[in-house]
Amino acid sequence: MRIYLDHAATTPVDPLVLKAMQPYFSKDFGNASSIHSFGREAKEALEQSREKIAKAIGATAEEIIFTSGGSESDNLALIGIAFKNQVRGNHIITSSIEHPAVLSTCEYLAREGFQVSYAPVDKEGIVKVEGIEKVLDGQTTVISVMHANNEIGTIQPIEEIAEIVKEKEVYFHSDAVQTLGKIPVDVNKFGVDLLSLSAHKIYGPKGVGALYVRKGTRIQPIIFGGGHEKGLRSGTENVAGIVGFAKAVELANERLEEEANKQRKLRDKLIRGILEINDSWLNGHATKRLPNNVNVGFKYIEGEGLVLYLDEKGISASTGSACSSHKLEPSHVLTAIGCKPEDAHGSLRLTLGRSNTEKDVDYVLEALPGIVKKLRKMSPLIK
Amino acid sequence: MKDLYSDTVVKHFRHPHNIGEIRDADGEGTAGNPVCGDIMRLYIKVKNNKITNIKFKTMGCAAAIATSSMITDLAKGKTLAEALGINRESVASALGGLPPIKMHCSNLAADALHMAVYDYLKKSGSDPKLLKEAERLVKALKKQHFH
Repeated sequence: MRIYLDHAATTPVDPLVLKAMQPYFSKDFGNASSIHSFGREAKEALEQSREKIAKAIGATAEEIIFTSGGSESDNLALIGIAFKNQVRGNHIITSSIEHPAVLSTCEYLAREGFQVSYAPVDKEGIVKVEGIEKVLDGQTTVISVMHANNEIGTIQPIEEIAEIVKEKEVYFHSDAVQTLGKIPVDVNKFGVDLLSLSAHKIYGPKGVGALYVRKGTRIQPIIFGGGHEKGLRSGTENVAGIVGFAKAVELANERLEEEANKQRKLRDKLIRGILEINDSWLNGHATKRLPNNVNVGFKYIEGEGLVLYLDEKGISASTGSACSSHKLEPSHVLTAIGCKPEDAHGSLRLTLGRSNTEKDVDYVLEALPGIVKKLRKMSPLIK
Repeated sequence: MKDLYSDTVVKHFRHPHNIGEIRDADGEGTAGNPVCGDIMRLYIKVKNNKITNIKFKTMGCAAAIATSSMITDLAKGKTLAEALGINRESVASALGGLPPIKMHCSNLAADALHMAVYDYLKKSGSDPKLLKEAERLVKALKKQHFH
């Protein structure tokens, strides 16, 4: 028996997505830039996909730039805006709990001479809007705050943040990689100028994503070449991947409410059950939280052992986040919400998906207490 | 998990040897720091200059647990001088290697052992020459990695 509870890391490609992609590998393999029939067919598939994705987030097709995924979208948004608008200002504002794709890009921009401010979060992981207002100045060109956090699932007050820059010449970027298809995403309701999206978190293929760029936004490319994607992202389009991405978005939005309700119930059952273990706590907000995210902490133990003992029982989970699980430092998100470093090491993330059932949750709740007990028996922090 | 760690590491992680405390231990050593996510404590019983019993308690990753378990196996029945000769390389190689990022775990295990031996020698005063040797090892590592 294997139970996959790491859907925030990645998801399996939906069979319908795979089916939609299939023709574009060998049969309809054309280059969308070619003017012959093969090329025109590829172009049509590409543009239909663009339409679908745009519609799903309340955008227009011309505002969608396809990329290789969430990381590239974040890089393009921040680097592309920062450099293009540097005559106007050199200040970037982000939050302390962003994905490494944003934080590392900001570190790069800081090395290039830009000023970066990091807005703090409260102890539940909600970005403090007044923290952004406080550092916002005439030099600020872009603010980047994720829609929901990948580790602790906290949903951010995107609309409130958009409100403070509404009348100003400041672009607002949000990384919606964890929210697309899970909770409603609408660029106009949010008031964002740029939005990062990814296919593989919503049962689409890896290696495909998009950046929504509001019409009129001043941005420059980070990849140069044949001028694809309105010159913002050169490189022959990954037509099969993009078709799969569009299908994945379509399916996710069709099932959004049903899945969110189902997963929210499972999530809450998991949380309730886990918190019955002594000296455990929930990281993040109880309700302003992705329907599929559980992140809990256990005192006196370390997360890797927990994940590997769970793995032996057929349960695939993650410590803090998949990206940081090879680092030795505790998660920057958990330390930002005030978790002590020694406590942050004992965190466990379980992220639900379409395949999970109540039986899975029961199985986890049965296996977990024994594993925590086993690790605590070894811990020198318990007398 | 086998692509992450060697078979021996996996074996020791799954079923660690010599877990626990020795309430009337003759020597005790603690290495690491919970802030960094790993801390090891070793307890030894000594008779006729030999480690007759050894137990560990560790909070840490799979590699930290496996190195703790392995070092208790390596040190059990050894003379104190032999125990001081066990170093990070000997633990890591007994485990069939460790991923580079986890090499510090073998440091911790060797350090905790050396500290436990030092603790015993200091308290018992039984072997001033060996105490000097132990002191040298313990002092060197204090500078090294109390990060």
